[in-house]
Amino acid sequence: MSSADSSLPGVGRLRATLTSVFAGHDGRMIAGTMGGIYLLLILVGLLAGFDAGGVVNTLRAATVYAAGYGMLVLALNLHWGYTGLFNIGVAGFMAVGTYTTAILSAAPSTEPGFGLGLPLGVAVIGGMLAAALLGVLTALPALRLRADYLAIVTVALSEIIRLGIKSRPLAEFTLLGTTVGTGGGRGISYPAPNRFGSWALETVPGGGAVYDVGAAVGVARPVIEGVVYMFLLIASAAAFWVFLVRVGNSPFGRVLKAIREDELVASSLGKDTRRFKLIVFAVGCALMGLAGYLWLGRSGFVNDLSFRPNITFFVFVALIIGGAGSNTGSILGGMVFSSVLFYFPQFVSQNFSPGGVAPRNFVAALDGVGAFGAYALQNISAIRFMLIGIVLVYLMQNRPQGLLGHRTESAAAIDLLDRDAGMRADGGAPDTASRPDRQGEDGE
Amino acid sequence: MGVAEQLTRGRSIVRGRIDVLLVTLLVVLLGVDLLGQLVGGALGFPFLASVFLEGLVVGLAYGLAGIGLSMTYSILNFANFAHGDTVTVGAFAGWSTAYVLGGLGTAGVGSLFLLGGSPSISVLSAFGVVVIGALTAGASGAALSLALDRVVYRPMRSADGISLLIASIGVALGLRYLIAFVYGTDVRGVTAPVSKLGLFRLEGVTGIGLIRPGQRVGELAGAGELPFFLPVGAGGTGSEVLVSLTLHGVALAIAASGLMLGVHLLLQRTKLGTAMRAMADNKPLARVTGIPTERVIRATWIVGGALTGIAGFLIVLERGTMSFTFGWLLLLFIFSAVILGGIGSIYGAMAGGIIIGLVDSMAIIWLPSSLTKAAAFAVLILVLIVRPDGLFGGVTTA
Repeated sequence: MSSADSSLPGVGRLRATLTSVFAGHDGRMIAGTMGGIYLLLILVGLLAGFDAGGVVNTLRAATVYAAGYGMLVLALNLHWGYTGLFNIGVAGFMAVGTYTTAILSAAPSTEPGFGLGLPLGVAVIGGMLAAALLGVLTALPALRLRADYLAIVTVALSEIIRLGIKSRPLAEFTLLGTTVGTGGGRGISYPAPNRFGSWALETVPGGGAVYDVGAAVGVARPVIEGVVYMFLLIASAAAFWVFLVRVGNSPFGRVLKAIREDELVASSLGKDTRRFKLIVFAVGCALMGLAGYLWLGRSGFVNDLSFRPNITFFVFVALIIGGAGSNTGSILGGMVFSSVLFYFPQFVSQNFSPGGVAPRNFVAALDGVGAFGAYALQNISAIRFMLIGIVLVYLMQNRPQGLLGHRTESAAAIDLLDRDAGMRADGGAPDTASRPDRQGEDGE
Repeated sequence: MGVAEQLTRGRSIVRGRIDVLLVTLLVVLLGVDLLGQLVGGALGFPFLASVFLEGLVVGLAYGLAGIGLSMTYSILNFANFAHGDTVTVGAFAGWSTAYVLGGLGTAGVGSLFLLGGSPSISVLSAFGVVVIGALTAGASGAALSLALDRVVYRPMRSADGISLLIASIGVALGLRYLIAFVYGTDVRGVTAPVSKLGLFRLEGVTGIGLIRPGQRVGELAGAGELPFFLPVGAGGTGSEVLVSLTLHGVALAIAASGLMLGVHLLLQRTKLGTAMRAMADNKPLARVTGIPTERVIRATWIVGGALTGIAGFLIVLERGTMSFTFGWLLLLFIFSAVILGGIGSIYGAMAGGIIIGLVDSMAIIWLPSSLTKAAAFAVLILVLIVRPDGLFGGVTTA
């Protein structure tokens, strides 16, 4: 009893310390969360008997997931978090971006799929433009719909796109005398984004030395190349973040928030809310298209099955976890969802096999606790999705604003309440306790 | 000023009607083209009749499954994305029961429960088992819906429709992968082949008959080989199938029509039905009138869930196969049916289901087979954009 009593102030102090270290400092929050995830993975990896290469590879895989989801969640946050557009057709916009980039950049003779062999830069921009164009075409009629109708329209559209990609007429057709196509159900091959690693190390002078360093500590070449690609993804996610924070803090972003809160007020103040929504839809879709190519299409091969609606819902769950309306929350949500809920269970089941043969089916698994555990570990991917569903329901019931959502974001470029630090751009608050309005509720 | 106002109003009316006009024009054009193809011989009557019949039967199932969705959409005011997975749960529960009852003694109960073994089940070989299976599916759908309402939706009664929608996405994931966890992820065939009822021509004699799974019209020695044949007329030569439908399709059509009639009577003749309609129309007004809203909501879940579960069982009966995602894949079709008919309208859901079923099956006349589903979804989008209140102008009947 007495020990519990004496530890209480300790807990309070720890909480206070954590709050003062993390609350209001978005960079620290992101670093702290990722650090925690790394620590967990390293511990579990060491338990499974990984060497240095294995640990690095695990952290790389988790980071690639986190950065990929981070990008997608940021783009969706622009739609749903900032403007209140309930777009659940993320998979469709990703598909258009990825496939356009793939068709533009793939060599003409590629099988499966047929490409134009354009330079990669042109192809990536083309993919983003195509996704943006589709976004505008969707938004033009759909924006006057109620939120739940917009949801159904976008999810139906993403399925139409997926079915179209798979269909025979689009699998191979002639455009201006050149044969192009999506490859139908066979998918399409194209220059893989994750080949960036080997390209960069061979192109940049001194890149070869990195391989030697890796070999010295026991990290294989493919892992090193993967790590370089991982940095590309981190850089893209960071660029998304900077861009969207700037958009959010700009006069344009203030109008978006006004639309989310009350569209009637925004339009009665003379803002053409329709135009704003159109632009937002286009920009968000372009970002989704880019993220689709860079992350989901990282292996250089996609087919229609890569873009099933599930991926949209995963991005949505990540956004809800992080908190709609907060860019930092989006990144955190992407990390927590992808590493903890998505990657970690799979990682555990791959590296820890129980003794003996797992039961063949559910009824056999009911034999005893051990049998059930072995069956559960074997079918952990199903459990993982159940868990994701339960987390989503729990959050909607108990914390619909997520980890960082509904933070009061000051409308003025300079925080008017913060007289001391008024000149600081990002408003790193010196004394968070006196400014509860800027503080993430779960900052620790 | 008055003139300008008149002008803008007139323009908006015209613009509103242009959408409708274009859609009507498209439908008329397709109809004319269909007639042309039929007369020109590009399209055979048996083919047209078979896709029409298939669309009709599948559409009845969409309509039946849509009633529950439509009821909760109008009374609780949210789009339930877990509805498709309720279809799946109902179907799995019903078929597990049917397997255990139908195969008792041939294999272990556990294996039968997981749809193992092969207790040849069809409406002819095990009619009672099929009926009990359907009832179990209905009971499971109702029980599941009640439990979900208690655990998930009731604590969120005051939340807005979008929060409920997002929660229902979580429920959908949970249910789908619970089924995957218990039953695995394979696609499995569950029904035995069954006879077909149809209109045949046997050596110049046209008649209604029944044909066994292994039999082919062209190879028959005479009408005597068929279990049943009733000549209705003569004309033409040779032997062919004009229209046919499996007995499972017939069972689906009969059961779905009967249940829809039952829902109609429930809504129009009972106090509960009146209360449901009142709540769909105006919830605060219903409450001040003294309608026990929570009890009506529970009744709505029970009726809707039961119909959904039975629909799942019947769809599997007709198709013969199922997997843990089949209800989820039907969800967009069911949404299409409900929205096409107007949310909250039971009759709309039935009509919408039939239209969507027909679009899905008849689109094959104009589109490659990989795009027929896309056509059904395109109809959904078109209706939401052009006429979000549904084809029948948002006249809610329930």
